[in-house]
Parts: sequence; C-alpha cells; structure tokens
Amino acid sequence: MDDLLAEFLTETNESLAELDLALVKLERAPDDQATLGLIFRLVHTIKGTCGFLGLPRLEHVAHAAENVLGRVRDRELAATPPVISAVLAALDRIKLIVAGLAAAGAEPGGDDSGVITALERVASGDAPEAAPALESETVESAAAEPQAAEAVMNVQSIRVAVDVLEELMTLVGELVLTRNQLLQISRAEGTSAFSAPLQRLSHITTDLQEGVMKTRMQPIGNAWNKLPRLVRDLAHETGKKIALDMHGQETELDRQVLELMRDPLTHMVRNSADHGLEGPEARRAAGKPELGRIRLNAYHEGGHIIIEVADDGRGLDAEKIREKVLSKGLATEAELAAMSEAQIRAFIFRPGFSTAAAVTAISGRGVGMDVVRSNIERIGGTVELASTLGAGTCFTIKIPLTLAIVSALIVRSRGERFAIPQISVLELVRVGGGAGAGTSMAIETIGHTPVLRLRDQLLPLVTLGDLLQLNETDAVSSNATVVVTAVGSGMLGIVVDDVYDTEEIVVKPVAPILRHVTMFSGNTILGDGSVIMILDPNGVARSAGISTSRSQRNEADASLKAERSGDGMSLLLFRAGGDGAPRAVPLGLVARLEDIGRDKIERTAGGFVTQYRGKLMPLISMDDAASASGATQPILVFAEGERCMGLMVDEIVDVVHDKLTMQLGSGSNGLLGTAVIAGQATDVLDTGYWLTRAWQDWFGGAVSAASRRQRLLVVEDSDFFRQMLVPTLAAAGYDVTAAGSGAEALRLRDGGLIVDAIVSDIEMPDMDGLEFARHVREGGAWAALPMIALTGRGAPADEVRGREAGFTDYCQKFERDGLLASLRHCLTEQVLA
Amino acid sequence: MTEAGVTARENAGVADTGDDVVVLTLTLGDQLCGVPVLGVRDVLAGQAIARIPLAPVEVAGNLNLRGRIVTAIDLRERLRLPPRAAGAPSMSIVTEQGSELYALLVDHVSEVVTLRRHAMEPNPPTLPAIWTDHSQGIYRTDQSLLVVLDVERLLQIDVAAAA
Repeated sequence: MDDLLAEFLTETNESLAELDLALVKLERAPDDQATLGLIFRLVHTIKGTCGFLGLPRLEHVAHAAENVLGRVRDRELAATPPVISAVLAALDRIKLIVAGLAAAGAEPGGDDSGVITALERVASGDAPEAAPALESETVESAAAEPQAAEAVMNVQSIRVAVDVLEELMTLVGELVLTRNQLLQISRAEGTSAFSAPLQRLSHITTDLQEGVMKTRMQPIGNAWNKLPRLVRDLAHETGKKIALDMHGQETELDRQVLELMRDPLTHMVRNSADHGLEGPEARRAAGKPELGRIRLNAYHEGGHIIIEVADDGRGLDAEKIREKVLSKGLATEAELAAMSEAQIRAFIFRPGFSTAAAVTAISGRGVGMDVVRSNIERIGGTVELASTLGAGTCFTIKIPLTLAIVSALIVRSRGERFAIPQISVLELVRVGGGAGAGTSMAIETIGHTPVLRLRDQLLPLVTLGDLLQLNETDAVSSNATVVVTAVGSGMLGIVVDDVYDTEEIVVKPVAPILRHVTMFSGNTILGDGSVIMILDPNGVARSAGISTSRSQRNEADASLKAERSGDGMSLLLFRAGGDGAPRAVPLGLVARLEDIGRDKIERTAGGFVTQYRGKLMPLISMDDAASASGATQPILVFAEGERCMGLMVDEIVDVVHDKLTMQLGSGSNGLLGTAVIAGQATDVLDTGYWLTRAWQDWFGGAVSAASRRQRLLVVEDSDFFRQMLVPTLAAAGYDVTAAGSGAEALRLRDGGLIVDAIVSDIEMPDMDGLEFARHVREGGAWAALPMIALTGRGAPADEVRGREAGFTDYCQKFERDGLLASLRHCLTEQVLA
Repeated sequence: MTEAGVTARENAGVADTGDDVVVLTLTLGDQLCGVPVLGVRDVLAGQAIARIPLAPVEVAGNLNLRGRIVTAIDLRERLRLPPRAAGAPSMSIVTEQGSELYALLVDHVSEVVTLRRHAMEPNPPTLPAIWTDHSQGIYRTDQSLLVVLDVERLLQIDVAAAA
C-alpha cells in the first residue's frame, strides 16, 4: 500500500475515534463552541485529505457532513439529536469506506446518495424524519467493519511511547551534567589514574546523548513528503501550473515539533496553491511565466529552525482584506484607517477569516491560517508574513529545534548568574557606566527611566539587579552590558554586569512554589554543577510594566489601537503642567498624538487654537500657559465626531500596559486621582474635565455637571473590547463597571452592585449574553434594568432572539455612536417611566 | 518538554509497623523534631545552595542533587524561628512531593529512632499555631519532647502571602 494512503488511514482512524467522542459530547452540550470547532476541523481535514488522495466517495460524504457542521457552527442550525445522528451516520459510512479502503487499497464500490441526501435535508433545516431512516440503513453494513479495520495497522517500525523517550532524555541530561562535573574536577586535579577512563566515559556520554537526541530528531522532509503529490493534484483541479521547490529537506528537528508542524505546513502550501498563485492566463497577463512556483525552505538558525513557505503569486491584497475585515465586523473603519498594510494583512490569522470568495473543496472556510498560527504558537514558534502585491507572499515560521535543550547566554548581575535563551537575544551592547565613557555608548535617562539610544531607536532598559531585588554585593562595575532581547514584537534591553558565554542547557521546570515568579521560565544546572535560573524576557518585560504585545519602537504607533494583552489597559504617560510629574491617560481615549510647530499656535480671546485638518481646534494647557521651550508643541488630540481638542503637554514619555487602580482621590480639578503606573505614582487625567473646558457642551447635555453620573455595567469576555468600551463609555460620562463574564456579573449583582443599565456582549464562552439576560430578568435587583446587547452580527433573527431573552435594545459592537444613542434613549425612557 | 520524569526509587528497608513510627530526628535551635523516615530520600551536608531572587522567604534556594534540581526550604524561616547564625553549619533532608524534590534545611540531623505510638501526646493548646499546623504529634522520649513534623504541610507555602 502507498505510504501516503497508509498514513491517511492511521490519521483518519484516530480522527474518527476522536469525532465519535466529541459528537456525543456536543449532543449533550450543544453550545460548546470549543467541541464544535474541534469537530468541524477534524471533518474538514478528512475531507481535504480525501480530495487529494482521489477518494471521491469519502470526499462527498465528508463534504456533506461538513456543510451541516458549518451551519451548526454559524448557529444557523441547532445541534439537535437528529442533526447529530445524521452526522454520526455519515461518520459510520466514512468508517465503512475507510475499512474497505484498508482491506483493498481502493475505495469499495457503493452508493452514498442516501446518507448525503439525508445530510442535505438536515442542512436545509427539515431534520426530524431524516434520522430514523439513516440508522436502519447503516446498521446492516456495520458488521463488516471491525475485522477490516485491523488490517490498517501493518506496522513498519517500533512505536515507542513518548514518555520513554522523555525519560531517556532526562537521564541523558543528568548524565551529561555529571560528566561535565567530573571533567571539571579532573581538570583541576591534573593527570591521575582516572583521566583515561574518564575520557572514554566522556566520549560514550556524548555519543549516547547524540543517539538519544537522534531518536527524537527527524528530517523535515518527512513532513513534506506528501506535498508534491498534493500540489500536483491541486494543479490539476484548479487548472494552474505549479512547481514545488523544496530546499533543506534534510534539516532535522525534534519529532514532536515536526508532528505539530505537519498540518500547518500542509495548510499553508494548499493556501499558496489555491489562493496565492494565479491561473496561467492571469500570470501571462501580469508578465510572469505561466508556471507558478511555491518554494519551501528550511534551515537552522541559532538554536531554532526557520521554515519559509513562499509563492510568486498575486500577493495579498490589503484592500480586499480591508473590505473583508469590515464586512465580517472584525474591526471598524477607523481602526483600519490607523493600521499599516502589514497589520491589515495580519488579519488573515484571525479566526473566521478567509479570503476566498467562494467556498471550494480545497480551502476557504475560515479554518486555516488561524489554526496554523495557533499550532505554531503552541510550540513556542512565531509566524511572520511578508507580501508584495503582484509579486508573491512569503510566510516565515520560526520554531525551536527542540523543547528540552536550548542554547542560552549566561550573564551575571550583582554576583548572581542567569541564563537568557539565545532565541530571544538580538544583540549585546557594551555601555560605559555613568560619566567618563568616551567612545562607547551610554545609558541616558528620561526622568528616572533609563533608555539607550541604539542606532535610531530608543530602547527601553531594565536593570536586572534592580528588578530581581538583588543586593549590591560587590562594587558596581563601571561597565555594563545591555542584552537586547526581542519581546513580543518589540525590544527590551536588559542591563547586566557581565556576559560570560553561551552554553547548551537542559531546561528544567521550576518548583511549583516558584511559579508565581514569572520572570523565570525554568532553571538549569551548569557544567560546574551550579544551579541557575533561566530568565524569560517576556516575563521580565511584563514585570517591568511593558506591554509585550505591541511594539515600543515608535511613539507614533501609540495612536494605534492597543491590542489585547492580559489584564489592565494601555496607558499613555506624559508630562504636563511644568512640574515634571508623570501623568497618564488611557490610550484608548487619545485619538492622535501630534507635534505642531509653535508658530502654528494662535491666541484668541477664548484661549489657544490651532488650525488642524482644515478646522480650528481649541488647545488646552494644563497650567494655562503655553510652555515655551522647543520649536514644536506635543499635543494629545481627543476627538469625537466632528469635534476635536488638543491638550498641550510638555513631553510624551511612554506607553505602558498596566492595571489602572486609583489609589488616591484627587482634590484638584482635571485629575481623577493618583495610581501606581509602571512602578511610579502617576496622576491620572480626568479627560471629561478637559473636554468640557474646550467645549462646554462636549457631552451634548447627556450628563449635566450637577446630575449624578449614571452607572453602567459592561459584560464582555474579550479584554480588547472591554478595554475599548470602558474608556469610551467613561468618556461619555458614565460610571462604568466591567465584568469578564455573565457569571462574574451575576456575582456582582448578588454582591449588591447597583447600576442603571447593562451593556452585554452576546457571544461569550460558558454563559452567552442571551442566557445572561434571562438570568437577569428572572429576578433580583437588576430585573427591570435596561439591557443593551452588543453583537458582531446584525441579523434580524438574532435581534428577535435577543429581545425575547430580555434585551431592551440591540447594538452593533463597533458602532460607538449607536451605542451611546441607545444608552441615552434607554436611560431617559427609564427616568420617564 | 522535559517534565522531570521521576523514577520511583526503593526506600530503605525501614517501615512503619502497626504501632510504631520510625522517624529521623533533627534539631532546629533547641527543639528536637522528627520527620517520618519513609519520606526521606537523602540527607545532605555542606551543599552549595544557589539563592533564588524574588522567591518566598522560606525558600533558601536551589541545590544540585546528582543532576536534579532540589528546592531548599529553610525550616527555621518556615517555622518562624530566629535565623541561623551566619556561617553556622546546616544539613538538609531531601524529600519528594508530587515528583518534585525538596530539601528541608535544618541545623543538625541525628539518628533514626522508633517511636511507640502510645507515647504520643496531643498538641498542648498553648502551642503556637505555626507549630500545631505542622505537627503530626508530640512524643515523649527519654531526654526531651520530640515534634513529628508534617512534611506535606511544611511544603505548602502560601505563595500569595509570600509574594
């Protein structure tokens, strides 16, 4: 039997077993999106693979089942028992065909029209009578199945449990460390009777280590071997001419990593062939050779493996992606306007996104790039995308060689040694400490924050010794080294006293009682027997209060939307009012940062103004005086609808990601209070005050200054939207409490929280918005409150369901004005009633 | 990937018989204590302990026991006793819990003794909570009273409070 087929059978049998379980689970909990997603992907994979192997019977049955599941996933169809039965019947049929395939090496003959018609009937919505007929149809054929399935397992090599290999790996790791210790002792002692046997022991240990590593290493070509056939079949199916170039097949990587990379690679090649490359005519018209090329390349680069999947096709059209993002409601026009093309292209990694206009058998159902990315990230890898319109697309995947042994840089800080994984180290910079440094670079400070001007970038710095609260033991060396590390998509400089060298270290997990120290990703034993901690640069960045999810490189980026990253929110730090004290404002409230020439600032009776985008924009200064220094004036622009105002500040300092916990109230107008942000007491700006200074009627009279601020509860599971909604609503004059789930909100209710209205997301895990609304309406303090539903979709049917569940109004998730109008409406109505 | 796989190794051929408790005795300051001998994997003296920044105060650091990393817990800190004088010798008792190795740092380890279960006394009510929380019982011996420590509870360090 064909290797490809044998592998398909093994895989499919595993998937089918998993599917049986998952479907039964889904029947019991029809709202379980995770299970549904799993089922959909498994069936999708089976269907996809059959298509390439030329198994039409399987493909048709799987395609029909996938259609039903697709509708269930889109909530157009409920996962009722008849629906599940129909899908299970289809799975039984698939099993039967697979068994026949295993026995004969080819699909057995037979007619599946019954099963397919039943599935189509279920998909179109008239389910009930479909199920019984199906069951009786499949029973008689089921008997043939068991014996045939056995035949699949004609094993060619010994299967060894991963645990056994892991155990061997651990033992070898220990052996290597012990050997290193012995060698160190022997070097100190000079020649002795032990030297010769020790030498032999050392060699054997090295061989053994390599041997054990080899059991886990496989050439990446193993994951590629079915791609040529896949591409060939795809070329036939789509009428394109495609050549697949493969380089670096012999590049070896850990078996586990390889297994996890197999599916993502297949998906990506499939995508390149289906979406990336144009048909021959289009290529000719574009002046390219008819033959489209897909290039796969793998190579080692410092402890990790780079895999490139490139094509010379049409490239990703950012404009098309933009439209798609808008139509899918993944972002608003305003958000998109602020994004670079690269950021827009990155939307293809979002769940539910697919650029193919039509759903084909090959791809285009929105399972794909999001799965690819999550698979890669699960093994600690990253995927990047570069694309030129008309010239092609290149995906670059960076994954660790193995997850157990890493190359690390050993550094010293105040007498203690630490390991920093080489994968995240970009470069080392020697800096002269303090004064008297002539030629070498020097650390500068902004306020008390150290930074390093590295080429054209301002690199944020943290001093390892301070962060880890190490005592000053020895005299501070006059020289220091900055380890420039990649954190998220930005950079962070870690200041250490000394750098030794790199060493291959065996990563061992830290003890459970130390897990709360997120700065360490593990610990290890060095050759001299000492135990040291392995630093996690991302953890270091988090501890230093730097958001790792976005670039810190460019302050202009600050005007872009902050991305989701754990708790807290992105805050813009600045200085204003001449006293040099740090001030903060939630970044979500700031529309833009501008630097305007001082000569552009004009004085009027009402204060300062400037001409901004063809209009007059009032400028407000925190101390009523335009600060005099410098040729330009940095301003924070706040905008709403047609109006905008600028707040003149002395200096924009940084964007940090932190929890905003107000610790002290404020007596002075214009400040909400003081919070500790990035380890420093910082005044938080009361935006509302400054906005009304510029435009007395900024809030359109919705809240007059005297009236009590109305209280809102926002229930939203996504950090991102919560972070966006809370400041928006707060800026509109509401007191906002946020809850991450329906359950949390209900706990707040039971805890006695009083609010005037509730804004809730519909799509949430565990308890969705509809269920939450029903709970609220059932009784308790909130039973009569206005409830506004937020949804990404605006189908009338959804709205009806929402109103039935108890929602007062229904709003689009991204329509800020709509939401504010609805809130005003609901709350006034309530007052009148 | 390497979740330190642990081989279950045979313990020494000492076992609790129905009525007796076999403990390894140790001293902490003036206090005689014991830990059930079945849970003891190793007794070490003079090990280099690497300190761990930001760790809870009870965690003395890491040590290397034949290629495995052992987390050292200072029982003096754990039981809120005054710290050991600088340079004073210490010994550690290595024990395993949930496939992790821990070393209990004590002043001195003495001997293995068999305690009769009927010689057990309840905790006196005036005993500070830090002791009653971590004691399995108090035994009379010829010379003094011996507290049998509850190792499992000693290793439950409240991270939130320490952090």
